[in-house]
Amino acid sequence: MIEFDNVTKVYANGTVGLRNINLTIREGELVVIVGLSGAGKSTFLRSINRLTDITSGDIRVNGQSVTRASGSQLRRIRRDIGMIFQSFNLVKRSTVIRNVLSGRVGYHSTLRTLLGWFPKQDVELSLDALQRVNIREKAYVRSDQLSGGQQQRVSIARALAQEARVILADEPVASLDPLTTRQVMEDLKRINRDMNITTVINLHFIDLAREYATRIIGLRAGEVVFDGTPEEATDEAFAEIYGRPVQQDELLGGA
Amino acid sequence: MKTTVSPASLNPAASGMEPPRKYKQIAGWIILVAVIVACSVRTEATPYQLIVGLPQMGSLLQEMFPPDWSYLPTIWGPMMETLQIAILGTTLGALLAVPVALLCASNLGVSRWVSLPTRMVLNLVRTIPDLLFAAIFVAVFGIGPFAGMLALVFFSFGIIAKLTFEAIEAIDPGPLEAMTAVGANRLQIIMYGVVPQALPYFMSYLLYTFEVNVRAAAVLGLVGAGGIGLLLDRSLGLFRYDRAAIIILLTLAIVLVIDYGSTMIRRKLL
Repeated sequence: MIEFDNVTKVYANGTVGLRNINLTIREGELVVIVGLSGAGKSTFLRSINRLTDITSGDIRVNGQSVTRASGSQLRRIRRDIGMIFQSFNLVKRSTVIRNVLSGRVGYHSTLRTLLGWFPKQDVELSLDALQRVNIREKAYVRSDQLSGGQQQRVSIARALAQEARVILADEPVASLDPLTTRQVMEDLKRINRDMNITTVINLHFIDLAREYATRIIGLRAGEVVFDGTPEEATDEAFAEIYGRPVQQDELLGGA
Repeated sequence: MKTTVSPASLNPAASGMEPPRKYKQIAGWIILVAVIVACSVRTEATPYQLIVGLPQMGSLLQEMFPPDWSYLPTIWGPMMETLQIAILGTTLGALLAVPVALLCASNLGVSRWVSLPTRMVLNLVRTIPDLLFAAIFVAVFGIGPFAGMLALVFFSFGIIAKLTFEAIEAIDPGPLEAMTAVGANRLQIIMYGVVPQALPYFMSYLLYTFEVNVRAAAVLGLVGAGGIGLLLDRSLGLFRYDRAAIIILLTLAIVLVIDYGSTMIRRKLL
């Protein structure tokens, strides 16, 4: 469960990232955040695991305040939140399994992780995670040998290896082609359903949002201007979110 | 294809539509030539001196040949000592360079109050030439290879730390962010986000410094800091240019082997 209490974020240059956000994302939901670029989608997502600090208000994940946590407490909260990035953010020179195992560092002592002594269960957990996204056979391949879609699946496996209760995905398919886009979205949907992991995804394709979300939140200039089911998110609703009619390049197509 | 006239396009220099003016380039060349000529005049390093000195150069080369091959067994031991000085000096210097490079890099969240003074010290270390280090350590620890080794530790440390921290600053920040997001602490972020990206560069700089150090170690003996330099100095002092020649040839052979080896390794790394 993720709770936003009067959350406001103003950047140092005066830009408003988020304006007085109040909402609750319940366990197991698959929420898609939509809005124009610059509407505050990334700020919204990154404030949940505090990669971005908020200016005022409070954010709680599973009852614990992210805003007030510090040091090891914050790291403990982050350990339970997986994050998936547009550019995958893998260490390209390292093997797939090492990238996935890096999701486990929060569970062990610093010394143990510096020496790379992961317990056997961790390796099995990581291989299972890779199995779940169907790239178990790539485990010992260098990550830069994989295609974009495969790399994104490695980063999903990293979040799974974390045993995360929440997954945040910041434009996870923006650098993928339409076919791999659907595969990655299917993976995220399946994991959300099968493992009941609360999932928040930033997307700019509105047909994808309608297809995969259980709930859509629309942001405009840092404010929530839409919050409803995919059925309620009609073209008119999107025109309202965007402040203009929906354009062709906002549809992935081929559904 | 002019459609709109924006304020920027009124100023051709700012719009990027016009090719840059040639005069800047020409002025640059004139200044460069002027500086070279001025330096040459001030230091009296003119082509005239080169021409006058050339015959002497020829007679020196003549005296070098044939090299004194019988001297080879005598220089083999000191030459190995030179190599050992270089290996120890490079390795220890590189080890010291790692933590310092991490402290200097501006993208790892180290406070400026730490990183800027560390960089200052690093710059200071790099200002001091290796021979001066050797002379200082000979004065402190006495004549012998230990002083030479220590000189190379500082010399390698300066180079490797500087190049490595610049390499660290150029790494992809994505994995660091990902590691922060999984709840890693500072050391874990470095181990899993920074090290795999910077390691090939670090190894490459280490090998390069080792090459430089073998050459440097060969002259450390001039100030009494051990190795082959002592014999080179003695041969030159006794006008035994045939012996100097064999020392130079052996150094060349070793440098070539190391150069070849490290090129092979570096190609594999990057």
